[in-house]
Amino acid sequence: MSQYQNILTIVQVTGPVEEGLPLPRGDSARIGKPQMSRLLGWIGNAQLGPIYLGYLGSLSLLFGFIAFEIIGLNMLASVGWNPIQFVRQLFWLGLEPPPAHYGITVLPPLNDGGWWLMAGFFLTISVLLWWVRVYRRARALELGTHVAWAFASAIWLFLVLGFIRPLLMGNFSEAVPFGIFPHLDWTAAFSIRYGNLYYNPFHCLSIVFLYGSVLLFAMHGATILAVGKYGGERELEQITDRGTASERAALFWRWTMGFNATMESVHRWAWWFAILTPLTGGIGILLTGTVVDNWYLWGMEHGLVSPLPDIYPDVIDPAGVQ
Amino acid sequence: MRLWIPFAVSAGSLLVIASFVGAGWDAPPVETTQIGYRGTGMYLEQDVEKLEALKASNVAPVAPWEADPEGDRAGDLYENVQVLGDLSDDQFNQFMAAITEWIAPEQGCEYCHDLENLAADTNYRKVVARRMIQMNQAINVDWGDHVGTTGVTCYTCHRGQHIPVNYWYDDQEPKPASNMSRAGQNVAGKFSGNTSLPQNALMDYLMGNETIRVHGLTPLPTGSTTAGIKETERTWSLMMYMSESLGVNCVTCHNSRAFNDWDQSPPQRVTAWHGIQLTRALNTDYMTGLAPVFPEERKGPEGDVFKVGCATCHNGVQKPLYGASMLQDYVNALDTKGPTDVPDYSTYVPSETEVMGTGTPAPATPSSSSALPSTTSVAAAED
Repeated sequence: MSQYQNILTIVQVTGPVEEGLPLPRGDSARIGKPQMSRLLGWIGNAQLGPIYLGYLGSLSLLFGFIAFEIIGLNMLASVGWNPIQFVRQLFWLGLEPPPAHYGITVLPPLNDGGWWLMAGFFLTISVLLWWVRVYRRARALELGTHVAWAFASAIWLFLVLGFIRPLLMGNFSEAVPFGIFPHLDWTAAFSIRYGNLYYNPFHCLSIVFLYGSVLLFAMHGATILAVGKYGGERELEQITDRGTASERAALFWRWTMGFNATMESVHRWAWWFAILTPLTGGIGILLTGTVVDNWYLWGMEHGLVSPLPDIYPDVIDPAGVQ
Repeated sequence: MRLWIPFAVSAGSLLVIASFVGAGWDAPPVETTQIGYRGTGMYLEQDVEKLEALKASNVAPVAPWEADPEGDRAGDLYENVQVLGDLSDDQFNQFMAAITEWIAPEQGCEYCHDLENLAADTNYRKVVARRMIQMNQAINVDWGDHVGTTGVTCYTCHRGQHIPVNYWYDDQEPKPASNMSRAGQNVAGKFSGNTSLPQNALMDYLMGNETIRVHGLTPLPTGSTTAGIKETERTWSLMMYMSESLGVNCVTCHNSRAFNDWDQSPPQRVTAWHGIQLTRALNTDYMTGLAPVFPEERKGPEGDVFKVGCATCHNGVQKPLYGASMLQDYVNALDTKGPTDVPDYSTYVPSETEVMGTGTPAPATPSSSSALPSTTSVAAAED
């Protein structure tokens, strides 16, 4: 009897490869000869391929590759084409948006933010094409389009950060640079400049949904693994044909916290939490600098900030002392 | 056994080892001290092992002997004593003995003086030393807002070295390809606490006079604050440098929930503010003024003179030498202002100029002798 272990799927069924449904007329053929991999089988489905690329997927990969190359070559050029420095400083390297004095110039000089705009353009096209592809593949398989809409929520945040908010601010210099540390620096500098994002209510919401997503994911994953020995991993079947796994999982939560989700509704919980994370986060970013300039002071006005006693009565701004 | 497994395991272990050994983490035990109001998260975190090393390397040396303030004045006894002429003979010699231990304990007098003619200014180091003594006097007399009554001596920075260990300069390395720009950031910056923040922020704030404050001062936008994200990153880079220089966290000077709010800031922030003004003055009035005197090897890769930063004096400690004052032994040499005249350094010719004196008065720049900006309370008191 098959068992589902905590780390790896130990028992793997091998057989003829699965080719999938016939494609509708006008779709390109799936490519790649499917093969079985025991290694992949440990963490997922053992079958690799075939993949459906189509013109949307191909174009998306092409544009994504162009963006990746622009960013990578700019990083390499930023250390004088020195491959050793490139590897050593990889996490430090970046590609910066144009300086503030260009405003929303469509194409400033390439070495002064122009490359950043081009990379952003190609990356955006790539991501949007991939979204259409996700949507169309779902329709081709006659699925719901839930994945596409969840992806759209992430794209919303991406576009707010790199495009919509900079447009509203009238300045591309407000946008996020590419690069590992540079984009993290941007994040913290953004919070510092606009008076502490901690007091931005949409930031609060986004964090609630983010941590909530993590909690739900952990609860759900743990529940299903725990009832694995009763066939609990066959979740969808258990929605309509409730078996002992579903019964026990439900009982467990009802006993521990009174209320329990169902095999179906737990996925709706997780989906909404995931969608609302970037959705609310994007709203919070969009309001920052455009509508609110200092979240801490805004929070003072609206009773969000807990007052402190005046513990440093002697401290006054020395710049004001003449 | 398949081949990739040992390879993957060894690569993985190397990465883990490298990240533990190479990254310079503050390994436990860490000492935590509450320094702010409860609930504000204002704690000073210090690595106990590093702290012990710092304590061992930050000990003030004792004076060579107690100097007798009575007797003939050095200016009457010796030739070409331009700044320290009011010292007694014994004070003068005691200070010379101390400065030798502080700056050139191995080379001795010879490091700055021509032993044939101790009065000659032929060695550029003597010219620099004279200006540095003027600087030291100005710091102790004019900048009490930052140095208090503790004051500084040459040793605060030099620690037995010719050049203080922690200085900074215009840093452009690694240079981008010829026509490229990386907006002055996005490499591990020497003077930005190894972050990818702008690597030359010190140039803007500790040499230049650019605005450090970036916060909006109203809840809603009014257009009064023009600073954007990039200016904020530059300010932050300066703050990282200060934090590394003093071995402190942000919350030593700020309540991090509202970085800009003075009402919630500990008094250390006021001291630090004066420190920034002080450092600017030292760099513009003293260090860069000496540019014609310094030889090439005493300049940075871009040809600018080495400059003073917070780390130059503090050396990783919040109060240099843990607050120990050495000034009581050198009151007349370093805690009293001698003549503040500045010669025209552009006329200096190494090994030829016998007397680099004020017979050739300086042009308008380097500007002042007191290095005092008009915004300090000391300046206000003098008015």
